[in-house]
Formats: sequence, structure tokens, C-alpha cells
Amino acid sequence: MSTRLFGEPVARREDGRLVTGQGRYLDDLGHDALAAAFVRSPHAHARIRDIDVSAALDADGLVAIYTYEDLPERVRDPLPLLIPHPALTHGRTAYPLARDVVRHVGEPVVMVVARDRYLAEDAAALIEVDYEQLKPVVGVEEAVQGAHLVHQDVPGNVGAHLVQEVPSPGGAGAEQEVDAAPHRLSFRLDIERSASMPLEGRGVYARWDADDGSLRVYSSTQTSTSVRMAVAAKLGLPLPKVEVIAPDVGGGFGVKIVHPWPEEVLVPWAAMLLGREVKWTEDRREHFVASAHERAQVQQVRVGFDDEGRVLGLSVTILHDHGAYTPYGIIVPIITATQLLGPYKIGAYRVEFSSIYTNTVQVTPYRGAGRPQAVFCMERTMDKIAAYLGRDRAQVRAANFIQPDEFPYDQGLLFQDGRPLIYDSGDYPESLRLLKELVGWDDFHEVKAEAARHGRRLGIGIGCYVEGTGVGPYEGGHVQVTSDGRVHVSTGLTSQGQGHETVFAQIAATELGVPLDRVSVVTGDTRRFGYAVGTFASRAAVLSGNAIALACRKVREKALRVAAEALEADPRDLEIEDGVVRVAGNPGAGVPLATVAVLSNPLRYAFDEEAVRATQFAGTADLSRPPVDDGDEPGLEGRDYYSPVRSTFASGMHAAVVETDPDTAEIRILRYAVVHDCGRMINPMIVEGQIHGGVAQGVGGALYERMVYDGHGQLLNASFMDFLMPYATEVPYIQTAHLETPSPLNPLGIKGAGEAGVIPVSAVIASAVEDAEGIPVDRMPISPSELHELRRTSRR
Amino acid sequence: MSGKRGWPVGEALHEVSLTVNGVVRQARVPARRLLSDFLRHDLGLTGTHVGCEHGVCGCCTVLLDGAPVRSCLTFAVTVAGQEITTVEGLAGPDGEPSPVQRAFAECHALQCGFCTPGFLCTVTALLRDNPEPDELHIVEGISGNLCRCTGYQNIVKAVGRAAELAREGGEGTA
Repeated sequence: MSTRLFGEPVARREDGRLVTGQGRYLDDLGHDALAAAFVRSPHAHARIRDIDVSAALDADGLVAIYTYEDLPERVRDPLPLLIPHPALTHGRTAYPLARDVVRHVGEPVVMVVARDRYLAEDAAALIEVDYEQLKPVVGVEEAVQGAHLVHQDVPGNVGAHLVQEVPSPGGAGAEQEVDAAPHRLSFRLDIERSASMPLEGRGVYARWDADDGSLRVYSSTQTSTSVRMAVAAKLGLPLPKVEVIAPDVGGGFGVKIVHPWPEEVLVPWAAMLLGREVKWTEDRREHFVASAHERAQVQQVRVGFDDEGRVLGLSVTILHDHGAYTPYGIIVPIITATQLLGPYKIGAYRVEFSSIYTNTVQVTPYRGAGRPQAVFCMERTMDKIAAYLGRDRAQVRAANFIQPDEFPYDQGLLFQDGRPLIYDSGDYPESLRLLKELVGWDDFHEVKAEAARHGRRLGIGIGCYVEGTGVGPYEGGHVQVTSDGRVHVSTGLTSQGQGHETVFAQIAATELGVPLDRVSVVTGDTRRFGYAVGTFASRAAVLSGNAIALACRKVREKALRVAAEALEADPRDLEIEDGVVRVAGNPGAGVPLATVAVLSNPLRYAFDEEAVRATQFAGTADLSRPPVDDGDEPGLEGRDYYSPVRSTFASGMHAAVVETDPDTAEIRILRYAVVHDCGRMINPMIVEGQIHGGVAQGVGGALYERMVYDGHGQLLNASFMDFLMPYATEVPYIQTAHLETPSPLNPLGIKGAGEAGVIPVSAVIASAVEDAEGIPVDRMPISPSELHELRRTSRR
Repeated sequence: MSGKRGWPVGEALHEVSLTVNGVVRQARVPARRLLSDFLRHDLGLTGTHVGCEHGVCGCCTVLLDGAPVRSCLTFAVTVAGQEITTVEGLAGPDGEPSPVQRAFAECHALQCGFCTPGFLCTVTALLRDNPEPDELHIVEGISGNLCRCTGYQNIVKAVGRAAELAREGGEGTA
């Protein structure tokens, strides 16, 4: 394969429309659609006694009001539990509109449809819901006491309980190994809630065509194919009569993988019922209280280790807060439990989690999806071992690393895809060497001492991670060369800013030997590709990238075969360069792919001059064979799928230098260094962009972002004024270095890169603040007032 | 019975006329119509985005008589007669992208693109007021706009690059 375009920092093909205001996001569509608005629960836990809509009935512009009672069969059923798991013994999902009981602030109770959004909100404000308040359950530790229940039929509020255990090579369990180890530590760690918080919220716009009984739905989703199947099932429509399109999507970061949202069922249903286009665009407050959050866990750790800091036994018990419902199953705590071991060989490991209901917004994956918590746990553990032994923190990590010659390395666990957690490749010692060099690890003590002489407090921190990326089950690609020589690529998964139109075009252009500007890419449109899983888990490049490459290889093979006949040459002597198939080493004889496309489709009718060549009297056909040979198909196109046997494992290490203010306890990040290995990079510029964005979200999670629930289950900071996301002033300059350890698992040798940046940041910042302050940092995020409090209590 | 564009007769409508991207545009809207909604839904200029509806994220930033403002915190009726520039109006008359637009694409300063129009408007005003900003001024200048994708590093780079492109362009046409 030529590396002409694969691996190059090619400028993004999306940007032309996005910098000129020509992007088309959900709310830019459906200019004349009716607007939906929702009455949402103001209480965290309450029984609905009565809904009085009478005052709203005369509201200007009102079209319809729906409550649970109005919903027909199937539409009124609980939303699907997307990822069942045997350990999720008490999975519960919400009704699209609340039935009797509301379980978090923001749960939809009434849907209003009106001529525009202003009027829909006017009408919604006139609807009176009478609630009987029930005792809210907030915080996992309160929840597991089981004094009050989120769901009456879920004892102890425990939705799931899972234990995974990997014995030591000698066959001993983790607890036994910890007890027998020369040194032991036990401690507790806390991570608070944050959220994906894309700048564009959710949104749905539906068009029902009563004449042919078809439904078109646009959704700001990370999975249009699965929304399609869910909507078809809920509305009782034949699948071919439903199309779902993800238009330009203003960020996802995980939250938009959840589906079908109540609104994704109700808006299309209302559009069908009313025979009118209906649209709902989420506002920011709705996004805070009615979509999903992540991160919150309480972890109890016991670890045993030797004099070198090698971990002999590790036992972790996790309380995971999954909020009011479990539509996405227990994927997040499973990932925490299984990715916790990072780049390390651990003697024996035991992990146990309980996934707990609370009267708060549901918890589903946010970029990193359980890994930031896992890495926080493992890396805090490494730092504590180093502190206990008085050893260098990097050295303790190195003592535990899996070595380059030990791949494939089986961690002995079952991963989030239900398949063995086997690391495919990596070079952790080299990553660490690069990182130490990049950040100046070995000389930092001098920098720190010099700063201290000037009254400044500096600290350095480190964090390592391994990230399972590119999970299955599959993605597909379709590639068609049309008779104008253009290459049309489509794949079913969706895009939220990752630059898929660019990287997939790079792959196709490289595989087919055509100029990049001749390739166009469509994602997330079920009219173009109906089979797909979705965009999550750093999987798009790995899954769709390889599927598209495989589809291109089919097209290439056919192009060479058809061209060989036209050129009277052996296909093995042919190459494609600049869109022309020619005999290698003979620049004269060639046939453009446009012509090959024409010749690939035997015609009766000539629709243009080029097409004449393929018509039945053109004299080009071999009359002894049918126009389309057995096993062949008309057209120059190919479709293929990539389905990995298991995930591929990217890795990386971050380091940061922070300064803490001795008086105000302000924490500033002075330097941030990243070494990242996602195998072969398709477009290093885009990979860097993913890293930068991930680190920025990580900085938010480490220092600023939290969901502040009070004891009544009210989210106190549900606005951008109070939920603090980093601006340019808060994000440090990020230095990056790349290692490219190809994955042996897929044809392109690539691993995922989407989530990497965010994963270790909380661990790294905790490590650095601890180094600066000399006080253990066991909770994240950490604010100046919390650091101040830590200083105060540690002095006692 | 309803008025133009479906507004109810019950709600008083006001004729709002303003100059958007050099063209006089008008619509009859109620007093509560936000400028962001007016641009997006009454005039069909959907390049201006709304990310928070409370003036924090900066996605809805447009230029009002040249100054960056939050269109989600502005009623359309309050700016009648004034001049607005939106992202659709940043390119040259021949459709040539402005230096800021070119620099954002060149430096990979956008990913999902939702916050980008707000940044482009903010930076256009920033560079007009300070054609040679240093990094501190750049960071300060964009610190009222949220981006959830890029981590800002490439946006900072793009602002510097846009200043460079503007200088080169200025020399070229001088």
C-alpha cells in the first residue's frame, strides 16, 4: 500500500463548510417544523398524583399535549436496556414519559407540541403537575444502606454486583497475596461526577410522509443505525420505511451513544400522529438534568508489594453510582474494573463492584468511560507504593511494566465486549523513557528546589494507562466509483467532529490510488449504509477505517480485472496511480477509473457519451460470456466489513508540572507532556487534536467540573455559569510525542485515539499536587478551597 | 387566527429591520424574540449557534456594529437599525474565506465546528483591534468562548496565523 496519503497531516475536508456557517446541525434543519417542549420533574423522587393540562389548552399556538396515558402500545413501554449483562440482575429503564413515579429531577412528564418553541414553552408552563414527594436517595454510600429505595423492587438499590478475580501465577487469590506481601497499604479514593457536555445538546427532527408511509428522522446521535432499529420497533414500522440521519453533530463525547432517548421515540411518534414535521432541540438546562453524567465512584483499595514496589496482590472494591436508570447496562464499571491494571503485570487481582441506584441523572459513558476512574485508582496506588518505599515514582511503575517481548499479554479478565482482555502490542518502557525526557523528569528535583528558593511550590506528576479501543462487533464500508471517476465512500457509524470525512478519504485515496479531492465520505446516514454499531470506545478509525480499506481492496481488484481486459494486459502488471489504471512502468498505456467504472456496468441505454462504450453494440463484449459473469456484479463498487476478534490496546503516559499557591491554594498547570501510542496514525494532525481535546476535558475533570447535588437530589450547578468547564485560560500548552506500535490485529495496524487524552489526567494532576504539597490527594476534582482544607486538616 | 410566520395575534409584533452581512433584512417578531433566534429562524442564517442560552459559551457571538456580542442575550427589537455580521458574512465579497477562517482550517482549530462561528467572530474583532497580539492577548481575547473539542491549543495557534495572513494580505493589496 502506498503511504502517500495515509499518515499525512492532510487538512480537514469538513472545515470548508464549518468555518463559513454552512454546517448543518440538528436545529439548523426543519425550519417549518412544529416544536416540542417538555414538562420535566422538579423533584428527585415523587409520585405523580395528577396532571392538569386545562390551563394550557387555550395557549396560543398549541397543537398537542401528551402524557404517559396518551401513549400507545410499544411507545409507552420502558425504554430498552441496551446492554444486558448477567450481573445486572436489577436493570431498570425509564418510561418515555413518567408513569406514576419520577426518579430524578429532569425526568420528562409531559410533552407539548406547538407552533414554535417559545409557544411550546408557554404552554408547558401552564401545565400543573401535582406531586407527592418521596424520600430521595442521593450518594452511593447512603444508597447502599437501603433505607430508602429508588425502585421499590430493587433491594438495597443494588442494580448489579460483579466480581472478577485473577489469581497469581502460583494460584493464590489477591486477598491472600496482599496478606502475605512484605508491604501492605489500604486506602479509599473518591471521584466525582462530570459529564460529556458537548456544546450542541441533543435534538430530534422527524418527517412523516403519509403518502408512502415512510419516516425520516434526523438525530444528533452517535448511532443512527441503532436509533433506526429502535424507532422502527417502537412505532411498529417496517425497517425499510424508516431512515435515520445524523447530520453535523456538535460534539458527542459519549452521551449521544445512548438511545433511543425518550425524545427520539416521542418526536417521531408525534410527527406520525399529527402528520406534521416535529422538532425538539435540547436546551442547556435540559442537557444537565435529562441526558447523562459519568465518573462518580468510591473505591476501596488493598495492595501488597515487595521491596522493589512490584505489586503482588491488588484488591479493589468499587461503589459505582449509576443514577436512576441503567439503559446502557454496566459498561462503565466493567471498564473501570478491567482497565484498572494498565500497563502493569499484577501478581493477583480481585475487583468487585456494586452498581447503585440513586435519584440522580443516569450514568452512561463519557469519553474515557470508566477508565479515568480506573487509572486514578491504579496510579494513586503506584504513587503510594513509591512514597511508602521512598522510591522514584517512575521507577516503581517501570518495575511493574509488561515488557515488549511479552505481547500478546493476557490479563486474564473479560473485557467490555465479553472477550478476553489480551493486550496486542505496546512498548511501555520506551513510552516512559520518552515521557521522562519530554518533561525533564530526572532533573525536576533541581527545578523544584530552585522554585522553592523563590517561595514557589512546584510538583510533578505522572500517569500511565492502557486503553482497549476498537471494540466490535463490526463496522462496514461501501465504496463506489462512478462513471465520472468520483469515489463515494460510506460507512454507517457517525461523526461528531473527529474528522472522519478526512481520514476515511485518506484511506480510500491511498488504497485506490486516486487524488483525495475525488473521494467523498458519508457517515451516519442509513440511506447510504444500514449496518453499523456506532461511534464510541475509540473505535471509528479501527473499525470503519479497516472496513473501508477492505472494501477498497475489492474495488481495486475488480478495477484491475476490468482494466486488464481493456488493456489486454495481465492484472498483476497493473497499478492505479492518480486515478488511472496502467501497466506498471509504462506510462503510455492507461485507462482512467472513470472508464473502468463505465465498462464495469454493461448497459442497454447510453445516458451520456462515456456510457456508449458499455452499450451492447459497442463491440467490446466477449460474446461467449454473459454480460455480467457468474459471481460478478455490475458496477465498480465494493462492500466489506471489519469485525475484530477482540479489542486493540492503545496506551500512553502523561506528566504534568503544577504550581500551587502557598496562600490561595490556587493550582496552576505549568507544563503538560503526553506520550501516546495508537499504532499507525492515519492523520497525525487529527490524532494530536484528539489528544489536546481529551487533555482539556481531563483538566476540567481534575480541577473544575463536578455535578453538585444537594440532599434533595437537586442539581445545584446546572448551567455553564456554575458547572465550570475550562476556557483557553485554564488549559496548559500540551507537548506531545508519539510512538507507533502497530496493532497486529487489523490490516491497517491502527488503534483508537479518541478517548486517550482524557484518561490519565486526574491521576496525573493528583500526583503533581501531592508532590507539590506533600499531602495525599485521594479525591478528585480538587479545588483551591479543597486543597486549602487538606492543608488545614493535614497540619492537625 | 395567526399573524405572519405563525405568531399569534395576541402577541404584539414589531417590525425589526437591520443590516445583516451588508444586506437590509426585516421581519415582524415579538419583543421577546432573541437575536440568535431571529438570525437563525427568521432570517435563516443558521451559522450562528446556540450552546447555552445564557451567555456563557460564546457560540452565538456575532458582531454588532463591529463589536462581539452574545446574540442569545440580546432581543432582536433592541438592535433594530444596527449592523450585524455573522459567520456567513466573514468571507470576502467574492466568497474568499477571511484570514481568520483560513487560519482556523489551516491550524486544525476546529473539530465538531459548533463553537467555531462564535470564535471566528470574536477573533475577527480581536485582530481588528489588535492586529499583532502576543499569546497572552490571544488567550485573553478568546477566554469568553468555550470549546469542548480542541483544548484551545490550535485555536491560539490559528489566531496568530490569522494575524500573519492578514498582514500578508494587507501587504498584497496595498
